[in-house]
Amino acid sequence: MEKIFQKLSLSSASLVFIILMGIFITLFSAAKPAIDEYGINFIFNPAWNKEVAIDLPTSTSLETPSNSTLTDDDAIDDEDDMIEDEDDMMIDDEDNSETKTIYGGLVPIVGTLLTTLIALVFALPIAMGIAVFLAEIAPKNISYFVGIAIELLAAIPSIIFGMWGLYYFAPIVADLVGGYQVSLLTAGLVLGVMILPFMAAITRDSMNTTPAVLKESAYALGATKFEVIKDIIFPYSKVGIIGSIILALGRALGETMAVAFLIGSIFVLPKAINDPTISIPVAMANNFGEASGLGESALFYLALILFIISFAVISLAKFYFLKKAK
Amino acid sequence: MRLLINKIFLALSIFSAVVGLAFLGWILVTLFIKGLGSFHFSLFLNDLIDGGLRNLIIGQFILAGLASLIGIPLGMTAGIYIQEYGRGKYASMIRDLSDIMMSAPSIVIGAFVYAIIVVPTGGTSGYAGAIALAIMMIPVVINTTDNMLSLVPRELREAGIALGASKYRVILDIVIKAAKVGIMTGILLAFARIIGETAPLLFTSETSNYFSLNLSDSFPSLTVSIYDLANEPEESSRDLAWAASFILTVMVLIINLTGRYITRNKK
Repeated sequence: MEKIFQKLSLSSASLVFIILMGIFITLFSAAKPAIDEYGINFIFNPAWNKEVAIDLPTSTSLETPSNSTLTDDDAIDDEDDMIEDEDDMMIDDEDNSETKTIYGGLVPIVGTLLTTLIALVFALPIAMGIAVFLAEIAPKNISYFVGIAIELLAAIPSIIFGMWGLYYFAPIVADLVGGYQVSLLTAGLVLGVMILPFMAAITRDSMNTTPAVLKESAYALGATKFEVIKDIIFPYSKVGIIGSIILALGRALGETMAVAFLIGSIFVLPKAINDPTISIPVAMANNFGEASGLGESALFYLALILFIISFAVISLAKFYFLKKAK
Repeated sequence: MRLLINKIFLALSIFSAVVGLAFLGWILVTLFIKGLGSFHFSLFLNDLIDGGLRNLIIGQFILAGLASLIGIPLGMTAGIYIQEYGRGKYASMIRDLSDIMMSAPSIVIGAFVYAIIVVPTGGTSGYAGAIALAIMMIPVVINTTDNMLSLVPRELREAGIALGASKYRVILDIVIKAAKVGIMTGILLAFARIIGETAPLLFTSETSNYFSLNLSDSFPSLTVSIYDLANEPEESSRDLAWAASFILTVMVLIINLTGRYITRNKK
């Protein structure tokens, strides 16, 4: 019995390893056709679901050469033509000429990184303010209740943030900044609001690890609260705080629902901060159902890229910063 | 001067706290006004096809409940292994991997389950959705079990062993009992987390407009339906989405608060 239980617990533990390896292997093998087809250039190609002629000189394509020979270099200038291209594609379809559909990952990858960056820039100062407020400024009972409120807010399903963002927040932002309601900016800001409570809560926890003795000594020497925070708490908990920020960043990278409502979901590189675009999770959420063949494989390729990025980011946070903080 | 800088800094900090809380308060107020405005008791009695939410709420609970049935025993036994049996590199590697898995993008887990279950079985199903949620839940349960067991004093284990109990008896009868409250709280929080998940269900369980207990077919899901409804042009669909969001949030908050209440009472 003892042996059975031990074996059982060992196999449950090994399941974690198996699932993670399974995710990696499954994503890789499902992405294999796209990886074989595009290789690493996939990351730099901004075209998505775009038909191009296979044989340039002999093809009966109605497109202009610059559209049909879309390469990495001129592609970025080409976003404007995207919509026209789609019209062209329809004609191509009817022609049934020798075309193939190509998929590139640049747009969602850029969209993911930029929304995360905007979220971070927006959330970081506010989260730090809240953390300092909770850890050092607020009286104990206020800190306790606000702390619980923040933690509860971190538990609100992300889809709620998305809906609120689309119907209430985005119109205001669009009025202030101009541009579309669905854009990189509004998606990033709503993402920022979403990671705010999480970031504030774990940053506060890091700050609270500072020994009271250190703080009290500084106060006894006549330091102001600001000086204690700047010279005692921040240096002491710096590593932990950075780890917490990166962890929040990892969460923002993979967030689907809060972004899905707001980013606009079009495969076009944003030229300005208030242009609509797409991110990896949203590309998956919106296109998985309809995709097949190479298109589906390309989505798995994106999933693999996202998985690797977030794996790296989370490992960095957990094993470098947060371990060191302990 | 120093005092002035101090004042400015404190003011900034309080200001940012107020801004942050204002945003979050705004969301809650919106949710309550819009949600309560569209809320009606008949939502609990009709299915989505008749403009209600009954099938979705029940479906979401079945999915999350089934995920718990899979995830809790696996997560707990894995946590027990890490804390009680595992010594050395392997156990700490599993602990690290579980931490990473906890933060893995949920949509990627959806894609994984899609590839290993939905494609081979030929379509979306309640089972696939529950498995996706279980994968999300396992690392959270491992983490709680691991942490809570580490708080149980060594003396308790030694006392059990000294009485001649075998190790698994000591773990099941003494250690787990001592850590029960903490583990239960962790499990409730994990449950609250998965019941609000949308992304892993999008292409595993999908959703359904009809009441269904058939887990081998597309299964009604509250969150996925919120996403569908919110994107529809009709005002009535959106109102329904708000009502559904309101119900979902209240459920999540109640589960969360229950978890916290249990721990607080213990202390």
